[in-house]
Amino acid sequence: MKESKNLRWIVPSIFILPAVIILVVGLIVPVIQAFYISFFRWDMGTPWTSAQFLGLDNYKRMLADEGVRTSIWVTLRYTFWTTTIEMLLGIAFALALEKPIKGASVFRTIFILPLMVSPVVVGLIWKYMLDARTGVINYYIEAIGKAIPFLQNFGFERHSFLGEPQLALPALIITDIWQWTPFIFIIILAGLQALPAEIMEAAFIDGANWLQMTLWVKLPMMLPLIIVTLLMRIIDVFRALEVIFIMTFGGPGQSTNVLSLKIYRTAFQSQDLGYASVISVILIGITFVLSLGILLYNNPAKVEGS
Amino acid sequence: MQSFASKSNTIEKKPSKFRIKWFRVLHYIMLITLALIILGPLYLMVLTSFKQQVVIMSREPVWFFVPTVHNYQHIIEEEHFLRHLLSSLAVGLTSTVLTLFVSGWAAYAIARMKFPGRGLMANTTLVVRMVPPAVLTVPIVALWGAWELSLANGTSIFSGINNAYVSWINSTVLCTSSSYWLEAVCPLFSDGLTDGRLGLILFYSALNLPFTVWLLIGFIRQIPVDLEEAAIVDGATPFQVFNKILFPLLKSGYAVAAIFTFRIAWNEFLLALILTGRNSYTLPVKTTLFIRESGVQWGLIMAMGTLILIPPMLLTFFSARQIIQGMTAGAVKG
Repeated sequence: MKESKNLRWIVPSIFILPAVIILVVGLIVPVIQAFYISFFRWDMGTPWTSAQFLGLDNYKRMLADEGVRTSIWVTLRYTFWTTTIEMLLGIAFALALEKPIKGASVFRTIFILPLMVSPVVVGLIWKYMLDARTGVINYYIEAIGKAIPFLQNFGFERHSFLGEPQLALPALIITDIWQWTPFIFIIILAGLQALPAEIMEAAFIDGANWLQMTLWVKLPMMLPLIIVTLLMRIIDVFRALEVIFIMTFGGPGQSTNVLSLKIYRTAFQSQDLGYASVISVILIGITFVLSLGILLYNNPAKVEGS
Repeated sequence: MQSFASKSNTIEKKPSKFRIKWFRVLHYIMLITLALIILGPLYLMVLTSFKQQVVIMSREPVWFFVPTVHNYQHIIEEEHFLRHLLSSLAVGLTSTVLTLFVSGWAAYAIARMKFPGRGLMANTTLVVRMVPPAVLTVPIVALWGAWELSLANGTSIFSGINNAYVSWINSTVLCTSSSYWLEAVCPLFSDGLTDGRLGLILFYSALNLPFTVWLLIGFIRQIPVDLEEAAIVDGATPFQVFNKILFPLLKSGYAVAAIFTFRIAWNEFLLALILTGRNSYTLPVKTTLFIRESGVQWGLIMAMGTLILIPPMLLTFFSARQIIQGMTAGAVKG
């Protein structure tokens, strides 16, 4: 494309300007604002003019704050278990169900369904199923415990899943696994089916069995895809809070108070906007580093332009 | 597959046809089990939405009962369902159209034009995609608090515009007549700029833009550049090139982008909770209001959940292929 010098500047700017305006007003300014507010003591409901400049005091307070440490620890545990189990299950199912089969599209449609459901609805359904009194899950656990009394030693009795500190986080993890394993499954399956047939054939002719093919041919070729998927999933888990908001609201105690929920609770319950911003800055930092990781593997600008 | 074959060869010598069939059966059993695990909770929700509160509160799961539409009736007749539906639709559709319109242009520029800062633009797009919505809550309170305060005090230049807009829309014939339908529609406008919907549209568009731009860049790169070059040689402006050549070819890309944008706007809860008010709650926010001090209204919640599920479910059934395309585009393409 040959363009005059003026055109090189003006035309692209016109095309990009609307997007830039929306991104700046809707994302970048708020993020900068969060940074700025983090240096102030500012209570909800008071005008900005009454905010008090604290310098780094909010950050010092955070370093000594037991609550933030708990929150980071909860977030890490939640992220670790959800992403690990989802990746393992997703990859295993994709490998097992890789072969094309009649009716595959019907199943694929069903597998997409949880991804389309509102997190609020997912949270409410699972809250209902895990309910101590009326929950279906409790009913069957109790029924199994009654049928085989021996199992009652292992906790096969009614539980208030979302009310017990040791059980609340696992319950949330299971909910997340239900909703997001299909996502991993579908992406890995798409990747597997896009592997070049010649290489598979060559390995097959060389006498590789199923296990060898999987371990030494397929998985290494899939590694970049697996890493990007994993990073995307980790970032999403860090970002999400709606299901937890609905199911436990961070409780009981602090046992499910993930970072993003902690921001909301600090801002809207403790009404401490400055301190909530400090936690926001940490969360932005974490997701920023993780997204740089994705950038290394999957850069839209790296692919040749025309 | 291979290991299965060799194993059964040594143990029992069956014809190969049988082995393949057996494997298939296992395949289907696994798929069906997974499908049941996925559908179970959703089925339970729909089932519960047709139960009476008494049945819901029983300790044992009830699979057979006299279905009632009481929950739906209550939501529609007494909880202003229509008003909140319109709120959700207005926000969802507007932000989708806005996002698509804006991101198509940006994607065209990034994919096809060479200009300084192009790489930076593409990378920034990717990074801001990861901003957690929770981070936006405090700035929204700051921004919108100041905005509403200035409107209330009449200190902002916008307050004049806003007041004029509100009084104009209220005086129109549309809102002075009194059918139920109009009562539901008018609050959509009459609260003017302050009821949070405009803010929601802005933030949903901003949150969705990076993904749609990225997605559309991928789609544009698959289109051969020759056509555009020929058009430019013939003297077409870049706008004509985009409108006449790229836009028609990008329809499937727009479809994918629209599904994802609308899904997020339709399902989102946190920002809607902060920004909208009693008259403008979107459906997910409205649903959570049935968790009351006096107890959780499971029947109403499940009915709401079922109704909220309908559009995403229709999208899934009619465009599963596009959804998969969109999901894998994030990871596979680039």
